[in-house]
Amino acid sequence: MRIALRLLPGLWLALLVAAPLALVAVMALSWQAEGVPPYSPPWGGEGINPENLRLILEDPHYRDSLAQSLVTATLTAGLCLLLAAPMGIAIARAGRWRDALLAAVLLPFWTGFLIRLGAWIGLLRDEGWINGLLRALGLVEAPVPLLYTEGAMLLGMVHAYLPFAVLPVFAAATRLDPALEQAAADLGATPGRAFLGITLPQLFPAMAAAFLLVLIPAAGEYVIPELLGPPEATLVGRVVFQEFFGNRDWPVASALALALLALLILPILLFQRLGREG
Amino acid sequence: MNPFRPFLLALLPALALAWTAAAQPVLNVYNWTDYIDPRAIEGFQQETGIRVRYDVFDSLETLEGKLSAGRSGYDVIVPTSEPSFARLARAGALRVLDRAAIPNWGNQDPALLAQVAGSDPGNRHGAIYLWGTIGLGLRPDRIRALAPDAPLDSFDLLLKPENAARIARCGIAIMDSGIDVIPSVLRWLGKDPNSADAADARAAEAALLAIRPHVRAIISSAAITDALAQGEYCAVLTYSGDVVQAQNRAPNGGLAYAQPKEGAQLWFDMLAIPADAPNPEAAQRFIDYMLRPAVIAGVTNQVRYPNAVPASRPHLRAEVAADPNIYPPPEAIARSFTVSAPGPAAERARARSWSRFKAGR
Repeated sequence: MRIALRLLPGLWLALLVAAPLALVAVMALSWQAEGVPPYSPPWGGEGINPENLRLILEDPHYRDSLAQSLVTATLTAGLCLLLAAPMGIAIARAGRWRDALLAAVLLPFWTGFLIRLGAWIGLLRDEGWINGLLRALGLVEAPVPLLYTEGAMLLGMVHAYLPFAVLPVFAAATRLDPALEQAAADLGATPGRAFLGITLPQLFPAMAAAFLLVLIPAAGEYVIPELLGPPEATLVGRVVFQEFFGNRDWPVASALALALLALLILPILLFQRLGREG
Repeated sequence: MNPFRPFLLALLPALALAWTAAAQPVLNVYNWTDYIDPRAIEGFQQETGIRVRYDVFDSLETLEGKLSAGRSGYDVIVPTSEPSFARLARAGALRVLDRAAIPNWGNQDPALLAQVAGSDPGNRHGAIYLWGTIGLGLRPDRIRALAPDAPLDSFDLLLKPENAARIARCGIAIMDSGIDVIPSVLRWLGKDPNSADAADARAAEAALLAIRPHVRAIISSAAITDALAQGEYCAVLTYSGDVVQAQNRAPNGGLAYAQPKEGAQLWFDMLAIPADAPNPEAAQRFIDYMLRPAVIAGVTNQVRYPNAVPASRPHLRAEVAADPNIYPPPEAIARSFTVSAPGPAAERARARSWSRFKAGR
């Protein structure tokens, strides 16, 4: 029984992580072909195809999209953390309001993800609520372009991923020992200094986890840039979609997915190393 | 006595019903959103006893993605002649139709079938469901207010930078589909819409980039329909029927459809059967049923796209049959053009051009 329980995570990893990843890797080394499915594998007679990975590394189109995704994901994760850190700490210290506030953070999950994005579209569009309000107040004459902008895209991303950043900070903040802050006060530290010197450093690992929890899914995000973002935001998710569905080039789409994965493993390794040292 | 007996007895008819339902043949239809007359499905079910399971897609990419993976489970699909229908036919993903099982095949307009033959030599893989043009959705009032002398019947309105700059304020949108926009741009430039020539591709890209700063949105045609019905944008480049549908949803929106005088791209949505369809016999009966004049007229009345069955004309509502935006006049048809696949290398180059247009660099 105990062995079975130990095998379970291994099985999980093998079935849901390693196997799909192997499929993607094989596809990245395959040849595009007309047929069902639209590629021929390395054992199909043509051998291994190294061109897809080379294309990803050499063609500025793909490099740009990877870079743009990392910048957008970093901005999203940074903004989320900026909001989540005070929120998480405040909720942990909210006393009898704590459960209600925590529920409020989780409540958006009760509405479908696409419904929430649809609501943003309704608010931001030219004939939408915000432009209607601005015009009713006489602040603008023509509608201000809000939808399909970088700002709309970041807004949607931060809104979607904020709970993932709040929860780790909140969880760490509830486990803090209040005696430490009291000890700092007894030794003469002002509340501000005690917070910055004692409380905040204890939350750094949780904040790093929150940052990564947002960064990683945000880097591959497809739906939000597609529905709220400008056409020029050719993030890697959209390029993978374009290659897979538009050009029906499954091998190049797979190679691009692998490149994104490789890029995202770096910060995770860095985080683990920091965790061990801290 | 078994206390559950009454329940079991009550269950029996339900089981019998479930059994007949399982034995009843099923037809899986995969069509575009908002693209059928519900009475057509109802009529087919009643007449044949075949149950129709109806599913919808909103982009060719979705359809092709599912079909390319294989074993989609669909019996009838509705791909557009170019590029999806032609590609699927070439890839061997479509079944060759058995015309003996489709007695109504001959109801189709031979001239239109000849147009499709460019994509499917011999018309072996599909019957024409509906067709249409690609052109301009306009709000003439708002355009006139900004540019009184701009032409409303020509791609000049959108593709000449000086015009685009003037009307940018009331909103220009272009559907996010390079395969459907680039041929029209080539046509406007006076070049072959199917050109695979690199210099032509560069010229089309340069023309698009020149107006890029004035384009507010590059979004799906479905999103354009939605925005038009909400009163947004004054000049869009999209499918004819999407503009007509937006007109129906907002009759007082001041919306008009214009076929460019340079000639509009014609497209055809085809009724086709996947090679691995579970129930091809039922699929052929369905295609045959849809080609009946009265049935396909009901579809045109409902979705406002023309069909390819001339005998359906008497069954059309008068305002539908007379609308030149639904049934273009012969001289507009004469100016129109169809596209064919320019080949994988040129397709890739076009896709890349389109990405650069979207990115604006």
